[in-house]
Amino acid sequence: MTRTLLLIRRRLVTSIPVMIIVIIGTFLLLEAAPGDAVDAYVVSTGGDAGLIEALRQRWGLDQSPMTRLATYVWALLHLDLGYSVTFSRPILDVILERLPNTLLLMGSATALSFGLGSLLGVAAGAHPGSFRDRFLSIGSLALYAVPGFWLGLVLTVIFSVQLRWFPSSGIETIASGKSGIARALDIANHLVLPVAALGFIYLALYLRMMRAGMAEVWRLDFVLAAKVRGISRRRIVLRHVARNALLPLITMLGLQSASMLGGSVVIETVFSVPGLGRLAQEAVAGRDTPLLLGIILVSAVLVIVINLIVDILYGVLDPRVGSGEAAT
Amino acid sequence: MRKLAIRGLGVTYRRDAEEITALTGVDLDLEDGERLAIIGESGSGKSTLARAICGLLPAGTQIVGSIDWPSLRRAPVNGRDVGYVFQDPSASLDPVMTIGKQIAEVARTHRGATWQQSFALAEELAGRVRLPDPASILKAFPHQLSGGQKQRIAIAAAIAGKPGLLIADEATSALDTIVQAEIMALVKQLVAEDGMSLLFISHDIALASQIADRIAVFRDGRLIEVGPAESLLTAPRTPYTRLLLDAHLGLDTTKPWHSGGGAASARAGPP
Amino acid sequence: MIAVHRFLRSPEGLAGAGLLLIFAILALSAPFFFPRDPLSIAGPALIGPFQDWSLPLGTDRLGRDVLAGILHGARTSLTVGIAAAAAAIAFGAIVGTLAGFAGGLMDEALMRITEAFQTVPGFLLALAFVSVVGPSLAAVVIAIALAAWTGPARVARAEVLSIRERDYVASARVAGMHPLAIAFREVLPNALPPVLALSSVIVAQAILIEAALSFLGLGDPNRVTWGGMIAEGRAVLRSAPYLSIFPGIALVLTVLGVYLAGEATVEASAVRKGIA
Repeated sequence: MTRTLLLIRRRLVTSIPVMIIVIIGTFLLLEAAPGDAVDAYVVSTGGDAGLIEALRQRWGLDQSPMTRLATYVWALLHLDLGYSVTFSRPILDVILERLPNTLLLMGSATALSFGLGSLLGVAAGAHPGSFRDRFLSIGSLALYAVPGFWLGLVLTVIFSVQLRWFPSSGIETIASGKSGIARALDIANHLVLPVAALGFIYLALYLRMMRAGMAEVWRLDFVLAAKVRGISRRRIVLRHVARNALLPLITMLGLQSASMLGGSVVIETVFSVPGLGRLAQEAVAGRDTPLLLGIILVSAVLVIVINLIVDILYGVLDPRVGSGEAAT
Repeated sequence: MRKLAIRGLGVTYRRDAEEITALTGVDLDLEDGERLAIIGESGSGKSTLARAICGLLPAGTQIVGSIDWPSLRRAPVNGRDVGYVFQDPSASLDPVMTIGKQIAEVARTHRGATWQQSFALAEELAGRVRLPDPASILKAFPHQLSGGQKQRIAIAAAIAGKPGLLIADEATSALDTIVQAEIMALVKQLVAEDGMSLLFISHDIALASQIADRIAVFRDGRLIEVGPAESLLTAPRTPYTRLLLDAHLGLDTTKPWHSGGGAASARAGPP
Repeated sequence: MIAVHRFLRSPEGLAGAGLLLIFAILALSAPFFFPRDPLSIAGPALIGPFQDWSLPLGTDRLGRDVLAGILHGARTSLTVGIAAAAAAIAFGAIVGTLAGFAGGLMDEALMRITEAFQTVPGFLLALAFVSVVGPSLAAVVIAIALAAWTGPARVARAEVLSIRERDYVASARVAGMHPLAIAFREVLPNALPPVLALSSVIVAQAILIEAALSFLGLGDPNRVTWGGMIAEGRAVLRSAPYLSIFPGIALVLTVLGVYLAGEATVEASAVRKGIA
């Protein structure tokens, strides 16, 4: 328990400066963007020069950059990410509305890629150098080379256009009036293709990592020791080799969360899933820079939280974590 | 009865299209309950011999000759017929599995016990290898134990399948002298209690002489001399064995029968 | 030489090198075979593939030649991929060397910045950068480099940390060399090999990010891109899926070629080290 607390504290201590840097970075991008919030506001609502001046003063946009940064940070501390012109609503509201869909998509894709990827990785790594190993390893490399958005389109052509098995867009049937289990099944049905498109690339990644990790563990002495104790091959593969090779995959789970959030931008766009990624694309299309930067900030927080969860998970799975640093 | 009969054993490794001969023409017997030490420098083939007995040589290794188990009517099974203790106790235990489970899985594999019975056996074994507070130490992970404790665990795991032969491959070389002595005493006691044969592999002829009934000396993949410990120590038949004894006496000043000191005594034989 | 030999003997290396060679030739020969602007109209709209041999892969909605697009797209993909990877590796290696060599507060600050870049999804950052600066080839290259420099920086730092304790660094210090000169003349060149080992992965990722950016309409509007072609084909995905599928296949084969060649290179050099 104290070990977990230590991990949380360490992650938080390093996360604060990281978050500050991210905030400064987004502020700089906001400053670099052509036009400011008032221009955008006036474009969408209309207004004369007098109103523009008044708004600039009210939002503190006529101040020096340092003052503006302070205002920006002060607003962020109050969870105020600004106002979205494209949606005519506070940015945080829009983001929070879209977040669950993205979390659902990412969670399912992670479960698929991690579960299936590590299982296939074990299948490949159980007999290094075998035909099965080579086949899976080349196959996963080929899969890893496929861009998610294109895979999404190919899956759409096959499973939606040709076979008509799954819907090609949206998160659920609009105005279907479904609720409870029927609604959940409807959402699941809609998520099959986007989850496959997002997850397959990472499946290849986890497969390759598992396989490489197992190849390394096979060479360790304790595997030889288990063999000479007469432990069955099956048990050695699953309980010793795969179990040890799983640990780096857990770390990868956290490292890949940022990449997966990025990947969800294109996947959500391809499948019209109303999530954070689609929102980012809409922000770009609508030239809504504050909204885009709000998404980046929320994504960064999300990545930090996911990494924290992964840290704790790792601490549970690896008894060695934290034992050497109890003093710190 | 005879435990092992090795006849004309030769082992050739293949590495990058190069052939390395590790053992040639080895004839050696091991009786039930006998303690045989295999002595040699690194590269003498002593570990290859141990691994050949357990079928642990890498794929593609050429093996000639025979290793027979006269008392067995079937092929030997690792863990059930032979227990093996490695040099480095830290490397021979799975870092993320509890100690208890690592001992229990051997008992479960070879004794047909349930997991519950296997854990009870593991606790009993932890007591036999004289670990303090067996019940709680079984819940620990390898990194929480000292080197000596880990080697006791490795020994417990090696004998958990009740093997008739225990191979200790430089099992005390990585430990400091005091712990080394404790482990030596423990191995001696366990071998006696369970009536096991012991194959004690070491580069240290003096250490081996403390435990072995017979000593076999290996050099460059050949068995060059084998005989009762007593006579081999007092009257070695080959110059190489004499050299090994001399070198040892020159370096080790803790032996009671070596009190002369100084460079001149390096060539002195035992009294 | 042994490494090159081993590389060419492994089926992966051969396949990877073959694929890359084909696409490099396609990219280089595009202006000779298709001297006209690939964005101009070449014939009637939506001719299917393998129907008209003057337009072997057919035409898109606006009657543009698909094969010309794919050949010219190879230019964009390979240019952006290589340029962005080179920029990311150069920048990452410099940051990593400075952090590892300077140590202390400088190291701490640079590593926190690296971590901040790793925390923000790289693709979102690239998206934001291009959308703020405006789409152009240079913007896309910089955006991808921004998303990809952290890996090389971490590897370079780790390498520099071990190198800076070596004798020749100490002797350079004793000889009174300027610390920056030591860092970049003595330490960095020796830290490079493991950083360069990342290059195939980074080139592949860069090609994929470029494709995704242009798929979202953020590529250089004056150039043909595979991502742009795939996006263009989406509108007629049901009736003419080949418009999206052909450029995608080119993309997959290119990235696969990069991965295979990279993997074979790493393996060949590892084997060579193993022998020595």
